[in-house]
Amino acid sequence: MLRAMTLALSLLGFAAPAMAQNGPLRIEITEGVIEPLPFAIPDFVAETGGAGPLALEMARVVAADLQGTGLFREIPSSAFISGISSFGAPVQFADWRAINAQALISGAVSANGKQITVKFRLYDVFAGQEMGSGLQFQGTADGWRRMAHKVADAVYSRITGEGGYFDSRVVHVAETGSKADRKKRLAIMDYDGANVQYLTDSNAIVLAPRFSPTGDRILYTSYESGFPRIYALDVASVGKRELPIPQGDMAFAPRFGPDGRTVIFSLTNGGNTDLWRMDVTGAGAQRLTDAPSIETAPSFSPDGSQIVFESDRSGSQQLYVMPVGGGEPKRISFGQGRYGTPVWSPRGDLIAFTKQNNARFHIGVMRVDGSEERLLTASFLDEGPTWAPNGRVIMFARETQGAGGESSLYSVDISGRNLKRVPTTGGASDPAWSPLQP
Amino acid sequence: MKLLAKGLILTAALGLAACSNPDRFGGNNVNLGGANGGIVPGSASDPTSPAFFQTAVGDRVLFAVDQATLSVEAQSVLSAQANWLSTNGSYSAIIEGHADEQGTREYNLALGARRAQAVQDYLIGQGVSPARLKTISYGKERPIQVCSDETCYSQNRRAVTVLSAGLSG
Repeated sequence: MLRAMTLALSLLGFAAPAMAQNGPLRIEITEGVIEPLPFAIPDFVAETGGAGPLALEMARVVAADLQGTGLFREIPSSAFISGISSFGAPVQFADWRAINAQALISGAVSANGKQITVKFRLYDVFAGQEMGSGLQFQGTADGWRRMAHKVADAVYSRITGEGGYFDSRVVHVAETGSKADRKKRLAIMDYDGANVQYLTDSNAIVLAPRFSPTGDRILYTSYESGFPRIYALDVASVGKRELPIPQGDMAFAPRFGPDGRTVIFSLTNGGNTDLWRMDVTGAGAQRLTDAPSIETAPSFSPDGSQIVFESDRSGSQQLYVMPVGGGEPKRISFGQGRYGTPVWSPRGDLIAFTKQNNARFHIGVMRVDGSEERLLTASFLDEGPTWAPNGRVIMFARETQGAGGESSLYSVDISGRNLKRVPTTGGASDPAWSPLQP
Repeated sequence: MKLLAKGLILTAALGLAACSNPDRFGGNNVNLGGANGGIVPGSASDPTSPAFFQTAVGDRVLFAVDQATLSVEAQSVLSAQANWLSTNGSYSAIIEGHADEQGTREYNLALGARRAQAVQDYLIGQGVSPARLKTISYGKERPIQVCSDETCYSQNRRAVTVLSAGLSG
């Protein structure tokens, strides 16, 4: 149903090596100020008759992925001195140096029935040599965007030394209707807003979806039964089932553990909300906190040993870390204001959160011990950060003020740079970023 | 504004009763001021009607920012709700807890649950059977006022006692 595709990846032979004349092409993305790296990506070569349109479109997707990071700047083709007419032909490095293209991406697409193959090479123009080996990906034609994202991920990864994040998806809540009568349904799309698919209808409120560690399932909260309950949805079949809960009036805020089986969630009983965990089958329910305060919005550390969550046990919403097996929670947020929705970075180094202070909302990050807090955004209402698979970019929801207020998705680098709106077909909230697809 | 809204509800309820029960008073329906004392059953002037509960008793209480404590005013509304429920034993109620938009989504769900529970506890304390009451939280998902300032926020931080016929399952 869902573009089930097998992406075959293989190494191409070496291009003729040349001697490096200066340091390797590299972007250190942790540096404070970055001059975007100029790159050229000529139209991919169509190697078979039917591949022409895809060859053009795939190069455009690769260019958009790279340029969208804010770390790269595409040199327009109108500036090109020479082109790439054949994938195997020698590269005229002097022509690319002359227009200051530091990186050159050449590609070719061939089609065989519904199968397409894309191959690419990345060149360090000033070194006059190929960076890494050429790669090729095979898949079905309807998965062409994914194949282009894989090319862009490989280019990004080689130049930055970081994992990519373009071949990934985002599940979120799609919103329609006025603020007083909002309709909500789950939707899934590519990270760049393409290929939107709706997963639920809008008859029941749905909230805060989260992916399983492999991206094949989604946990979310729905009022389908009339009361808030947790559901698990299989992405490929779009089949869903309600998770049995041990007791209580309301279950919500479910998150998968890194094992893909453990679920932590909030359970409200007698007006009091605590954290619980259980197996995704519903077996082995176990209480993790037992306090008269609100404990919710949990998130596992990537190694599964700890959880970060929010609690108002101190009198206001703050962030706490505790061992998964239970034990004394340790408060990690101490700044002005209220802190909520903590999400552990996939790299394990940072926790992203929502902060409320002086009637403004912020998305921020801090180290896992609470030190080095940095606010990345500010607006009337920013909330619900989610991490890109490489831990370098955060997506969140921003709602505008007033009666006509609408929610949209935005992304921002953890440096605070490159804040931009993520295209969605209508209103959107509660984004959750998938892991990189296999 | 609030009074006007109440007036509209009253009018609507009267209209509905008139339409759905055209023969309720038989031949006496021209003499509303007579034996019935002006009370149209099911309307807001009928003390046994849900419409009366909504408007005359008051179906909701409001809360301070990030709080679930019942004010003196709220307690007096809830005492009246408990009285009404004790004399109208065929109704059960779902108490809906709500929050304003100044808060994160999941926290507000938990906060709405706290507010609904505070109301439920108070009603039970006033003698309403727990079997007749249920709670639900909508967090910030169902605002009734949509401006982004305190005049609206204060109306959205609410717990509403919604009647239903028969005992809750």
